[in-house]
Amino acid sequence: MTALIQLRGINKYFGDYHALRDIDLEIKQGEFFSLLGPSGCGKTTLLRTIAGFEDPSAGTLSIDGRPMAGVPANKRPTNMVFQSYAIFPHLTVAENVGFGLRRDPRSKAEKAGAVKDALEMVGLGGYGARSAHALSGGQRQRVALARALILKPKVLLLDEPLSALDRKMRELMQVELMKLQRQVGITFILVTHDQEEALVMSDRVAVMFDGQIRQMDDPEAIYTRPRSREVAAFIGKMNFLPGTLHSSGEGVEADVAGLGRAMIPPDRVTPGLGSGPAVIGLRPESLAVLFEGETTTRRTVEGTVDEVVYYGDMTYYDVRIAGVDEPLNIAMKNLVGRDVLEVGTATRVAWDERSLVPLAP
Amino acid sequence: MLIAPPLVYALLLLALPLCAVVLFSFWTQDFMEVDTAFTLQNYREIWDSPVYLLLLQRSVFVSGMVTLVTVTLAYPVAYYISFNVAPAKKSMWIFLITIPFWTSYLIRVFLWKVILGYNGVVNSGLVGLGIIDEPLSFLLYNVNAVIITLAHAFAPFAILPIFVALEKIDRSLLEASRDLGEGRIRTFLRVTLPLSMPGLVAAVLIVFIPTIGDYVTPELMGGAGGKLIANMIQTQFLQLNNAPLGAALALVAMVCVTAIALVFIVLNRRWLRRQV
Amino acid sequence: MSGGRILGIYAVLYLIFLYAPIVLLPIFAFNDATIIAFPLSGFSTRWFEALWGNAALGDAVGNSLFIAAMTAILSTLLGICAARAGAMADFPGKSGILGFVMLPLVLPEIIIAVSLLIVLRQVLDMQLSNWTVIAAHTLLCTPFSIAILNGAFQNLDPSIEEGAMDLGESRWGAFCSVVLPLVMPGIVSSLLIAFTISLDEFIIAFFLTGSNPTMPVYIWGLLRFPQQLPVVMALGTILVALSIVLLAIAEFYRRRGLARAGLKDSGGFL
Ligand SMILES: Nc1ncnc2c1ncn2[C@@H]1O[C@H](COP(=O)(O)OP(=O)(O)O)[C@@H](O)[C@H]1O
Ligand SMILES: [Mg+2]
Repeated sequence: MTALIQLRGINKYFGDYHALRDIDLEIKQGEFFSLLGPSGCGKTTLLRTIAGFEDPSAGTLSIDGRPMAGVPANKRPTNMVFQSYAIFPHLTVAENVGFGLRRDPRSKAEKAGAVKDALEMVGLGGYGARSAHALSGGQRQRVALARALILKPKVLLLDEPLSALDRKMRELMQVELMKLQRQVGITFILVTHDQEEALVMSDRVAVMFDGQIRQMDDPEAIYTRPRSREVAAFIGKMNFLPGTLHSSGEGVEADVAGLGRAMIPPDRVTPGLGSGPAVIGLRPESLAVLFEGETTTRRTVEGTVDEVVYYGDMTYYDVRIAGVDEPLNIAMKNLVGRDVLEVGTATRVAWDERSLVPLAP
Repeated sequence: MLIAPPLVYALLLLALPLCAVVLFSFWTQDFMEVDTAFTLQNYREIWDSPVYLLLLQRSVFVSGMVTLVTVTLAYPVAYYISFNVAPAKKSMWIFLITIPFWTSYLIRVFLWKVILGYNGVVNSGLVGLGIIDEPLSFLLYNVNAVIITLAHAFAPFAILPIFVALEKIDRSLLEASRDLGEGRIRTFLRVTLPLSMPGLVAAVLIVFIPTIGDYVTPELMGGAGGKLIANMIQTQFLQLNNAPLGAALALVAMVCVTAIALVFIVLNRRWLRRQV
Repeated sequence: MSGGRILGIYAVLYLIFLYAPIVLLPIFAFNDATIIAFPLSGFSTRWFEALWGNAALGDAVGNSLFIAAMTAILSTLLGICAARAGAMADFPGKSGILGFVMLPLVLPEIIIAVSLLIVLRQVLDMQLSNWTVIAAHTLLCTPFSIAILNGAFQNLDPSIEEGAMDLGESRWGAFCSVVLPLVMPGIVSSLLIAFTISLDEFIIAFFLTGSNPTMPVYIWGLLRFPQQLPVVMALGTILVALSIVLLAIAEFYRRRGLARAGLKDSGGFL
């Protein structure tokens, strides 16, 4: 099966500034795809290139097998939810949602019905007659969604659609957007700088830095098997320990500062990373502080609690171990009957070979 | 390109004519005949003539005084509207201040004549109240009358830019200054005034430069001793038919005010830098 | 007494200073005496009646209305071009070009008058007419139109236009269906302001009118005849009333524009 959207060697210059570098991308029909990266890395530019608001300086883009070069934004089978939502302030909610239906050959009544359905779909049934500029942020976002989805595009492009909302609203809309996507079966491309949002919502995530896609994978792979230190540091928290890798017939063995020697499981081996100096990553939740009297079958290392940050459901410990400059950051669930350790307590840290992530230094 | 129409228009009707003025000022004219030989004669005539220099001096003085009076009177009003008037009523105040500006300029100037004249409002009022026996004759037909009238005419031009600059000031900056121990007056001098300076400078420029080109007010209000350079320019063009000399006068006047304005901007920049 | 109160009293006194001359207008316009001075004589509408039968004045008013209407249309069209160019992406020399187009705002009017007179009469040897005044007034009013329309265009979220294109409108279609309705209040107020400025402009018009004087030029002529002054007062009263009506309409449209764009009011013209 061929991809719905195909980008080949897309480059974009703004004057001298190289905003997009050799972007190759394929997105399948019905996929929920996210572009994730820090502010200024080129996510919006890439999205606007797909929408037809920017012309690539080099490379080709095709949607549904059709090359898009020279096709203006209004003729592309894509629709966009803008970061500012771009709700037309001089129109009512219903007029906004029906805006794109002008050329639709259906009768007035049918169109009105479609608008009503679209509004109900996004939970704004009965809001049609309201003036658009009096809406709240969350309502604007829903109008923007309804307005785009009513046109049944092949691809819906969303530029940081949730970033203007407060936390509660954002979490609610994340779930609603996922449901909506499954319901309509349209391919969604979401731009976000919020890693949690990308991991929660997407089928696949592309992590971008400096106009380049650094890694493209499903959320689980992005989180547990980042391919570079940059990606690992951007997605969640990670401890980095200096180390050396030894490749041999049996597999890859790592010599990790403070932890000692360990075999890297075959599925964790980063392709293209041979013997030599490396950085070994460990997620805070893959480590554990052992409480007094606790035993484990995992490997352990002695340490001293350096810092305690209490989060309610979680406690984050910084634990110093011999042979490493930076303390290890460890996330522990606060279970009933388990005390929070005090700074200065001597303790042991449990770890696993299976959670080591070898990375280029 | 969209900018082309207004640009072409301004080039054809502004840049080109200005060049023509420069060119003409180096020519001479005898009644209808224009002599296109390059000469500095017009400028020499201006330099040698006490009349032109006096008019020029007086014009710059009047423009300067008008600017000083207008901006000084306007600042507190702009400050009041920006800081003391309720937000919902601000545009009402601005509207009230702009209305007089949009009513016939000629008639407004003439009405000042009615106010300041021998049998005018001020004099009849003062005589009626028994404060004076004879009407005052020094109110009209002199430089002061010109300054008052112009200060009235340019009032909104001074208030609006200052108001806009004051509106842009983040109110928490003023609170921060108070929080850091400065009183109201020091806060005004160290925070409000420097931050409103762009508006103040705009107000000064927008009053100072155009006043030099007004010949209506001095004609009606100035009497014999209150004529300005613009009257002379108008006379040269429309009565004496000496366009080259008129052009040279206009250029000299323009260059004078522009130079003074530039000096003002430079001094202002320095003052601002010292404030920091 | 607090500082705010003192300032408030000062501001009210300042308003009185601003309105003093204008308040006198109707007083003398309805005063039954030829001399413009106190004490007043009695109520009369005869100066307004005198206006009615004045054919020369009628012609002057007609000229001025034509000039003002043409000026309003031309300067608003130029203003739309400049304001839209200003709101769009950067181009080389942008601020220089826009600054140059705004120059007439700070140029002494006599310079504009003189330079155009030289070009029209001496260089091109053209006859002065209403059109020469229109040309000059358009130059003078364009910066005001740009200032008003800049506000309208810059308040516009650029993605609004892209949004319309994304939903299937062409570039022109997007301009007509979303941009134009949103800036329409700005256009109306630009038309009215340019109209008002042109209607009242004297300094340039005096240099550039042909054989048919504009209304201010005609008034200027009247000011020299004392017996005509009450008629000027009556005319002035009508003009003030008219200006206030036009301005109130312009202000109404400006506010409606802000309301449509869902913005807070940030103050008046300019
Ligand atoms: N029209 C433009 N002209 C010049 N530079 C631009 C333009 N649009 C974006 N850029 C630059 O390209 C880079 C990427 O921008 P953008 O795609 O908006 O980043 P993101 O959406 O990832 O925050 C930024 O550094 C931005 O300054
Ligand atoms: Mg962005």
